[in-house]
Amino acid sequence: MGTAEAEATKPSKTSGENGNGTSSPGGAKLGDFSKEELHRFMRAMLLFRRFEEKAEEAYAIGKIGGFCHLHIGQEAGALGLIDPLRQDDWVITAYRDHTQALAKGLEPGPVMAELYGRDTGSSRGKGGSMHIFGAEQGFMGGHGIVGAQMPMAAGMAFAAKYRGTDQVCVCFMGDAAVNQGAFLESLNMAAIWKLPAIFVVENNEYGMGTAFSRVSAVPMIQRADSFGVPAHTVDAQDIIETWSFMDDLVKQVREGAGPQFVEARTYRFKGHSMSDPVSGTYRSKEEVDGRVKEQDPIAILRNRLFEADLMTEEELDAMDDEVRKEVDEAADFADEAPLPDPAELYSHVYAEINEHGRLFFDGRDGEAGHPGGGKD
Amino acid sequence: MAVITYREALNQALAEEMERDDSVFLMGEEVAEYDGAYKVSKGLLDQFGERRVVDSPISELGFAGLGVGAAMVGLRPIIEFMTFNFSILALDQVLNSAAKMLYMSGGQISCPMVFRGPTGAALQLSAQHSQACEIWYVHAPGIKVVTPATPADAKGLLKASIRDNDPVAFMEGELLYNLKGEVPDPDDGDFIIPLGVADLKREGEHISIITHGKMVHVALQAASKLEKDGIEADVLDLRTLRPLDVDAILATVRKTNRAVYLEEGWPWGGVGSQIVSIIQDEAFDDLDAPVVRVTQADVPMPYAKNLEQIAKPSVDRVIAACNRVLYRNS
Repeated sequence: MGTAEAEATKPSKTSGENGNGTSSPGGAKLGDFSKEELHRFMRAMLLFRRFEEKAEEAYAIGKIGGFCHLHIGQEAGALGLIDPLRQDDWVITAYRDHTQALAKGLEPGPVMAELYGRDTGSSRGKGGSMHIFGAEQGFMGGHGIVGAQMPMAAGMAFAAKYRGTDQVCVCFMGDAAVNQGAFLESLNMAAIWKLPAIFVVENNEYGMGTAFSRVSAVPMIQRADSFGVPAHTVDAQDIIETWSFMDDLVKQVREGAGPQFVEARTYRFKGHSMSDPVSGTYRSKEEVDGRVKEQDPIAILRNRLFEADLMTEEELDAMDDEVRKEVDEAADFADEAPLPDPAELYSHVYAEINEHGRLFFDGRDGEAGHPGGGKD
Repeated sequence: MAVITYREALNQALAEEMERDDSVFLMGEEVAEYDGAYKVSKGLLDQFGERRVVDSPISELGFAGLGVGAAMVGLRPIIEFMTFNFSILALDQVLNSAAKMLYMSGGQISCPMVFRGPTGAALQLSAQHSQACEIWYVHAPGIKVVTPATPADAKGLLKASIRDNDPVAFMEGELLYNLKGEVPDPDDGDFIIPLGVADLKREGEHISIITHGKMVHVALQAASKLEKDGIEADVLDLRTLRPLDVDAILATVRKTNRAVYLEEGWPWGGVGSQIVSIIQDEAFDDLDAPVVRVTQADVPMPYAKNLEQIAKPSVDRVIAACNRVLYRNS
């Protein structure tokens, strides 16, 4: 699919007549941000990049197992669409979730330790790459079933409205999720109940190896339109554009604008997962190389900062060194962390072990951590 | 004590718990303006308003998942399925989200919520509306499963389920909604039946008929008939399948040395399979005969009245099973 190449660099826009007063900012300028903020953006995106590179490296030498989906190339979306939120706002996402967790405030150490399957991991080593959670930070998980996070997002937004708070829930998904029933059901519920939810599709153009154009007859924003949910498109390779857009949108939703749909145009620089080569059967090397060259969110910001004399090459190098050190420390933290105690096998299955009756039927009573047969 | 219907008992439990805790809300198809497809939620919209009694679109996956999300951030949703047959559309949210959330998050995020509605067959509703769905729920660790058979159990167990901190599948019976029975008066204090406690609905010494849900009444009828032949049966109502009162199962088997498991669902991997496994594992030496199961015929539910009747577990089949276990000629 080549059309997105030209589209991806356009400023954000809102489509459809169903909108209820929301508007998307366009043409945000570097000058809208302080030098400190811009440096913070650069540092965060570098951290995401180096974190994922470290994960890739660790996976290659067997320190990380299972599935592992990297976010390299999509850093501006993770930062720009999450950073404008408050800590008590919620983010829920699919399984490509490492950098989004970092963006919502989780420390690199516990996230890396989770990838390593360690007791100090954010999910105590029970979730792994696809299931990063940070309840305290409002990061409500990485979820492994495509689109399943959408009804849950509607539920959190429902809870905000139920309690009369001004919290907002942001729900990420990949482009393939828009073909799930959960997508349609959730947009509809969010629309009829005017829930404070923002549904963000990170459109990296491929659902695993299937180009979006092959599995949808219409552009995705048309679907949101049909539910009366205002649909926006943003160039998610541009942190300035994305951050400003989201900051404005979140404010509108907080003030009662109702659910919103965002197509965040992006591109995945790596394979779908670790077993998928970067290019090959479904996309060409030329395509990937071209996009990496033209649309690297870190390079885009770097060039703008250099041009505006807001950052020097030395400053960037120093920042990168610092970030690499932070990621190394995260990896060391993970490496040195203990494995989960075998007794943890049985913890966290139930929040409440009832006073009566048996809850576990594996006949392993007496093994470490086994809650036993109730009153047996 | 007051004599009320199973439906009214459920309604009382809902009203009392919603009154007690503002984080409890009811959502489902037709629960508000229509008063519930089976009128279980009658009057609740008037009493609690549309904030807390919410009509949903026909989107089982969607509103079940919405309940999961609301529970993740501390509300206590009651998600009504018009019948558990329709919950098959929602099973992804039940099994992959609600049941696993606490575990996947390393203990950070729980889902205190109730999925409720009728399960099993009614009358001539044919294949897609007549399934006993317990087994799909009880199979997954992380979920609790409750199957009340009487008005009192319905009330006391629903209140306990709403207060439980885990996802609970609360499975009612369409043919039970009009059943009348004694239930303690609300004025006499909070009536709670803890999960995990079976109830011996009838006592006997010769054989144990162990069962759950609506089949309790089939078992009691069979026991009455057997009594005329001089056979006294224990009828053990498990009431909750997870947690499971294994002690009560072992106690009745140790007393009578003979057991039949009766359930409404299909045989392969049925609830009875697990119960029989527990009995042979933990009370083998107490048995005088193999444990026999009575289930629905291993076919989709037919529509024709005569076929439906022979597909369902019946009093006669329970008696035949008991005779087999007692080595008696019927």
